[in-house]
Amino acid sequence: MDEMDRELINRLQDGIAVTDRPFAEVAQALELTEESVVERLRRLVDDGKLSRFGPLYNAERLGGAVTLVAMAVPEERYEQVAEQVNAHPEVSHNYAREHELNMWFVLSTERPEQIEQTLAAIESETGLPVYNMPREKEYYIGLRFQL
Amino acid sequence: MVTERDKELIGALQKGLPLVRRPYAALGERVGMGEQEVLRRLADLRAKGVIRRHGVIVRHHELGYRANAMSVWAIPDERIDDLGEQLAGEPGVTLCYRRRTAPPAWPYNLYCMIHGQDREAVLARRRELAEKYGLDQWAHRVLFSGRRFKQRGAWYRPPQPAPEKAEVRHG
Repeated sequence: MDEMDRELINRLQDGIAVTDRPFAEVAQALELTEESVVERLRRLVDDGKLSRFGPLYNAERLGGAVTLVAMAVPEERYEQVAEQVNAHPEVSHNYAREHELNMWFVLSTERPEQIEQTLAAIESETGLPVYNMPREKEYYIGLRFQL
Repeated sequence: MVTERDKELIGALQKGLPLVRRPYAALGERVGMGEQEVLRRLADLRAKGVIRRHGVIVRHHELGYRANAMSVWAIPDERIDDLGEQLAGEPGVTLCYRRRTAPPAWPYNLYCMIHGQDREAVLARRRELAEKYGLDQWAHRVLFSGRRFKQRGAWYRPPQPAPEKAEVRHG
C-alpha cells in the first residue's frame, strides 16, 4: 500500500461515475492510466484492503428491512447465545459491546415482516428479550475513512 | 419500481463490479445487456435511491481503523435533527442515525459511530464533538466494540437465480 493507493481509495470512497469508462477521471487526476488504476484496485481487493467494488444498496428500497438489535446476555451464556443468534442468516454484524446490553447485531431481511419473525425466533431460542431499535432517521451514512 | 431485469442486474453485481477498464460492458455480458442499457438502469436505480452510491467498500479494520465507539445520547426531540445534521458533517463521524429507544434499559436516540486508530483517538474526537455541541448535558454512553462475532455484508437475494451477497449499510 503506497501513497497512490491511499489517494485512490480516498477518492473512490466518494463514489465513481456510472459511465462507460468510470476510472478515466480518477486516472487523469492521479496521472495514472486506467489500466494501472484497475491493476491497483485488483491488488487492493486481493490483499483484503477493499472488500468490494460496486454499488451500495438501500435495503428498504429493495423491499427489505434492516434494524439494529441489542440483548443483555449473561456472561456465562455469551458464546452459546452468540451461536444461536449468528445461526440466523439474517444476522450480519454482531459485536460484543461494553454495557448491560452487551450484544449488538444488525438484522437484514428480504421482507419487512421477517424482522419480527426472526426476533421472535431468537427470543424463543435463547429465552432472552431482544431490544429492537430501528432507524428513524439517517443523518449520515457515508462510512468514509480518510487514509 | 424495481423490475425483473433490474433484479437480474443487481444479482450479477453481487460480487462487485468486474475490475476492468469498461466494467459496465463486462457486467452487461454476464446478463445479456448492452453497456448502454446497464448504464441506464444503474443510473435509474441510483436516482430512485435503490443504489446509494457506487464506489469502494473498504475493510476499515485492515486499513488501520481498529477502534470504533458507538456514541449515544438521549437528545430531546426538538433538538435531535439539528444536532444530527451538524454531527453528520464532522470528520471522524462515520455513521449518524436517530433510532427508536427502548426505555428504561435504553433511552438513547442519537447514535454516532466514531472510528479511529485506537480508543484514545476515538475518545478524544468524541470529547471534542461533545464539547463543541454541548452534547453531554444529556444522558450519554460510549460503547466500544469488543469481540467481533460476525461481520459480513448484509444480503439482498433476488428471487432467482440465487446469487450471493450485496452489501447494505449498518442497520
